[in-house]
Amino acid sequence: MTVIIRNVSKTFTARQNEPLIALDNISARVANGEFLCILGPSGCGKTTLLRMIGGLDHPTSGEIEVEGTPVTGPDPRLAMIFQEYSLYPWRTVRSNVGFGLQMRGMPYEEREKIENRFIGLVGLEGFGDSYPYELSGGMRQRVAVARALATDPAVLLMDEPFGALDAQTRNRMQKELLLIWEKTKKTVIFVTHSVDEAVFLADRIMVLSPRPGRIAGIYDVNMPRPRDRTGVEFATLRRDVLELIDRLEDSQ
Amino acid sequence: MRWYLKLLPPFFLLLAWEVASILINNPFILPTPVSVAAVLMTPMADILGSGSIIDNALLSVWRVVLGFGLAVLCAVPIGIIIGRYRTIEELVNPIIQLLRPIPPLAWVPLALAWFKIGLLSIVFIIFIGSFFPILINSIDGVRRVNRTWIETAAIYGAKGWKLLAYVILPASAPAIWTGLRVGFGVAWMCVVAAEMLPGTTSGIGYLIMYSYNWGQVQVIIAGMIVIGIIGIGVDVLFRAVEKRKFQWQEMNR
Ligand SMILES: Nc1ncnc2c1ncn2[C@@H]1O[C@H](COP(=O)(O)OP(=O)(O)OP(=O)(O)O)[C@@H](O)[C@H]1O
Ligand SMILES: [Mg+2]
Repeated sequence: MTVIIRNVSKTFTARQNEPLIALDNISARVANGEFLCILGPSGCGKTTLLRMIGGLDHPTSGEIEVEGTPVTGPDPRLAMIFQEYSLYPWRTVRSNVGFGLQMRGMPYEEREKIENRFIGLVGLEGFGDSYPYELSGGMRQRVAVARALATDPAVLLMDEPFGALDAQTRNRMQKELLLIWEKTKKTVIFVTHSVDEAVFLADRIMVLSPRPGRIAGIYDVNMPRPRDRTGVEFATLRRDVLELIDRLEDSQ
Repeated sequence: MRWYLKLLPPFFLLLAWEVASILINNPFILPTPVSVAAVLMTPMADILGSGSIIDNALLSVWRVVLGFGLAVLCAVPIGIIIGRYRTIEELVNPIIQLLRPIPPLAWVPLALAWFKIGLLSIVFIIFIGSFFPILINSIDGVRRVNRTWIETAAIYGAKGWKLLAYVILPASAPAIWTGLRVGFGVAWMCVVAAEMLPGTTSGIGYLIMYSYNWGQVQVIIAGMIVIGIIGIGVDVLFRAVEKRKFQWQEMNR
């Protein structure tokens, strides 16, 4: 599914403070099946952009279209993985993973198979009946990933989903995500702090500038997958992106 | 702490009571623990033609069940609505703040004027007493539901009653439950007080008031102990459910 972001700006007007421009005139076209990574420093509006695509927030100006229809609210074809802790603590892991399906009215017997499949996919076999408080932070985030994937969305919005994971798990999750993506041809918009992660995953990297968030650079990543993190091409692109980010910080 | 250490304070209380009752030597002021125990040992025995301690206590419990049940049925839904909608809260909050500090017993004259002496006015007093703790806790619980939980539900298409049943209610259940526990405590105090009103002819509150008229101080104390035990018993039940069902709230870091 194609996502089109057209001249989107977002200004927050908190009660007493002066208006805060979070995003300034962002335009982008995310093609069907594309894997886009959004990179940018803390507070530059990455989450805000993702929320607007997901229909949880509305642009102050400009508009966002998904497959030709303007976004006015949450859409079942999109799923979002939140940056912060979003599991339901009173539900077991299994029941959290099946939440989206349950809301769509899928009966329990049908759900169970899918739940188990995605619990296995994120490496949590045997934890189906555990409660989130019995899991580590990284395991919880994997449950959130499984919950989003279980509904089989055409567009996956991911807000720093692997930020809390250790390097090893993180690498494994990245590979799993790419496998799923290649198989299902979902459109993925993936926010991250990590240049390394972006270069490993993305078809295209969008770099945002510090507040207000503007598009500071776009990089096409034309390396075949699976990518070799130690390769020359990988290192060159990573260095280019890092340099841009450094320059943006210096100009602040 | 060792369990037998915990038995020491009550033991000393009993001892002090025993000594005091011997020194005072007047059963109309302070009867001996043994005479009170005697009353408690025969809870089914009729007392001065007013029925047994058990009969009267059960009647009081039944009144509380009516008044408290009614309060739950009203306060929880109203609390959820107020907690969900900011504008409604702003509209009704002044009224709540005005009515809440009025002690339930201050409603007695009005209750008598409206419902006369009898079951209805007692139930009304209990209702008023437990309504506000339940309401306040429900409002608070619903208002504090994590925004991300609601937005997650929105992402997965949960709206209306589904949002209510699968997210809002379970998320605020611990707070609502606390409201019920506190509300029941108040209801139990209210029933005893309301039963002491002139014209009442039954209930554990009536029984101890009636025993006073006959100088049966050992029955008064026995009745007070029964009131305390029932109050603690219900509180323990509420807490047990809380521990089993809402463990996630404690553990949720
Ligand atoms: N609801 C809101 N009201 C007011 N200001 C907000 C609101 N949401 C976000 N902001 C502001 O908008 C800016 C962008 O926030 P956003 O959460 O999108 O940043 P981010 O790029 O996701 O940062 P991080 O990498 O730390 O997650 C911040 O300065 C933030 O303070
Ligand atoms: Mg963010």
